Amino acid sequence: MLQTAQRTAKSKTKKTAPPHERFLDAFRWMLLARTLEEKLVSLYRGGLITGGVYIGKGQEAVSVACGLFLQKDDIFAPLIRDQAGRSAFGEPLLDVTRTYLGSRQGPMRGRDGNIHRGRPQQNQLAMVSHLGAMISVTVGALMAKRFKGEKNFIGLACIGEGGMQTGSFHEGMNIAAVEQVPLVVVATNNHYAYSTPNDREFACHDLVDRAIGYGFEGYSVDGTDLSACLDVIGGAVKRARAGRPPQLVVASVLRLSGHGEHDDASYVTDDIKQEPFARDCLKVAEQMIIDLNLLDAETLAEWHKDAAAQVDEAIATAQKEAPPEGDKEDWCAVATRDLVDSFE
Amino acid sequence: MSITYLEAIREAQAKLLRDDERVFIYGQDVGGTFGGAFKATKGLAKEFPGRVLNTPISEDAIVGTAIGAAMQGMRPIVEMQFADFSSIALNQILNNAGTHYWRTNVPVPITVRLPSGGTKGSGPFHSQSMESIYAHYPGLIVMTPATVEDAYTMLIDAVAIDDPVIYCEHKYLYYHLKADKLPTEGLPTGRARIARQGRDLTIVTYSAMLHEALAVAEQLGGEGFEIEVVDLRSVKPLDTNTVLASVARTGRLLCVGESFPWGGATAEVISRVAAEGFHLLDAAPQRLNAKDTPIPYHPNLWSAHRPNAVEIMRKARALLRE
Repeated sequence: MLQTAQRTAKSKTKKTAPPHERFLDAFRWMLLARTLEEKLVSLYRGGLITGGVYIGKGQEAVSVACGLFLQKDDIFAPLIRDQAGRSAFGEPLLDVTRTYLGSRQGPMRGRDGNIHRGRPQQNQLAMVSHLGAMISVTVGALMAKRFKGEKNFIGLACIGEGGMQTGSFHEGMNIAAVEQVPLVVVATNNHYAYSTPNDREFACHDLVDRAIGYGFEGYSVDGTDLSACLDVIGGAVKRARAGRPPQLVVASVLRLSGHGEHDDASYVTDDIKQEPFARDCLKVAEQMIIDLNLLDAETLAEWHKDAAAQVDEAIATAQKEAPPEGDKEDWCAVATRDLVDSFE
Repeated sequence: MSITYLEAIREAQAKLLRDDERVFIYGQDVGGTFGGAFKATKGLAKEFPGRVLNTPISEDAIVGTAIGAAMQGMRPIVEMQFADFSSIALNQILNNAGTHYWRTNVPVPITVRLPSGGTKGSGPFHSQSMESIYAHYPGLIVMTPATVEDAYTMLIDAVAIDDPVIYCEHKYLYYHLKADKLPTEGLPTGRARIARQGRDLTIVTYSAMLHEALAVAEQLGGEGFEIEVVDLRSVKPLDTNTVLASVARTGRLLCVGESFPWGGATAEVISRVAAEGFHLLDAAPQRLNAKDTPIPYHPNLWSAHRPNAVEIMRKARALLRE
């Protein structure tokens, strides 16, 4: 029989608490993600990126905590605003710049773009746009590992409060609990599904209340507080690894960008921008570093410089590479070459 | 010994589970002592503990789970309780499984079994033939076995294929079709079969309609007409060469399929023959499908909705007169 999931009290980080032991490590990934995405935005504005640019500004603390505690044999299913987590999990910057800039190299080879990239063989799943769909895919990957007798693995799948309202998400959560796979689902409520605010997305009191209905253990966290994110998401990862039921973490933030860079987000109200969850998690973390003197000013400046240099190099490399070409493309969607249908 | 089409499907799965530890079966009611709504997995859960698993009524998550497992090296077989319900899983099949190899270079070797087609009294939601929907989308192999032998060997092939396979098994054939024994090998997937040789008219068909077409060919044989019947076996890939070679022999083409008439497998065959073999045709190619309404419940309506031997005969005679 299934274990009964208990809802655990919401985590509250005390203002005076010392930061999580991986705070600086996490901050550096956040900084890299922010630097990279700011650069991508300026390339987009300059007309150098075709298609959309979707950034995770304001969500880096949650995202980095998703990637940071995973090991290479774990399964990571990031979503649209997870650059920090992707980088922390091991995605090379070149995968990002090659995909956005349309290089023939890189994991997607021009066949798919922007955030729809991944390396499934290295356990980074490549998301589809249809929200909720990757939850059950992660469940299946974990079942396969169990079938194969692997040990000590977990999976972590990211979602937003928008994606939480799909049927696919519901089916995925339910089947995860039925299969009792070691899964952590991190849901970031950034208060808008594209332009639609929370009150037109769901009517329950608190999204974390759904955990018990699915047979998950549920936790809430302030997504603008890096130390709290590391604490709560790190704790969920630890519990999943220890064989507890699937874990749901709901983080609260405000999306500090448009849905994509084509979107000026003029629908975001002035009132909501004054909410505590509207803080910029990167600034909050950096201020904490300064206040607690975790790094000297010189080192902090050095980290900024280093992030910019890494990003510049990854962009310069991708920009030099050839794009794919229609007449040289292998237009074949099946792996079995002798089962290719032929069209005249 | 005599073995039915349904037993062949069960036996193929037993063999797959026995021979390949990567295989597991996932679907509604497939496990326990029940063995599936049609008993296609009867006894398998007991014989292969932990590898024939009941699921919630969650078609999307069932296929999503299979996709994730396949990416990690497993060879899952999904049983949809009825082909009709695979509409709930369309997103996972078309947008996830179907795009994955193209996007990432990592194939997704899942097999989705669809109990397809009409039987009397089953109505709009338990009678559908979905092969044309799946064939329309890139990245999928779509099998439509019409014989006991093909039901067996093609299911074994489906699991071996690195790509996602939609395996359309016809419910009407489950008990109606019998063979003396199971084959050790079959034609390769992607190759059509000449089910009956002839020189006056080619009927191209697949799945349960093969048997209606053969009945018509037999009857017309008694009147001195030699009808060639081509069993496509898979609608994707579609063996255009075998169809064209047959039309070259007969000069006349009738395509018969059980699915709805707008577009679909029969339209695809005619389109290809018209484009590549126009000069071979002595008469305009014809096709016959179900009617463009939902599939009716009542047997009187149902038997008039789907193509049947009488309708095929009418179309065939008209073509032979031209």
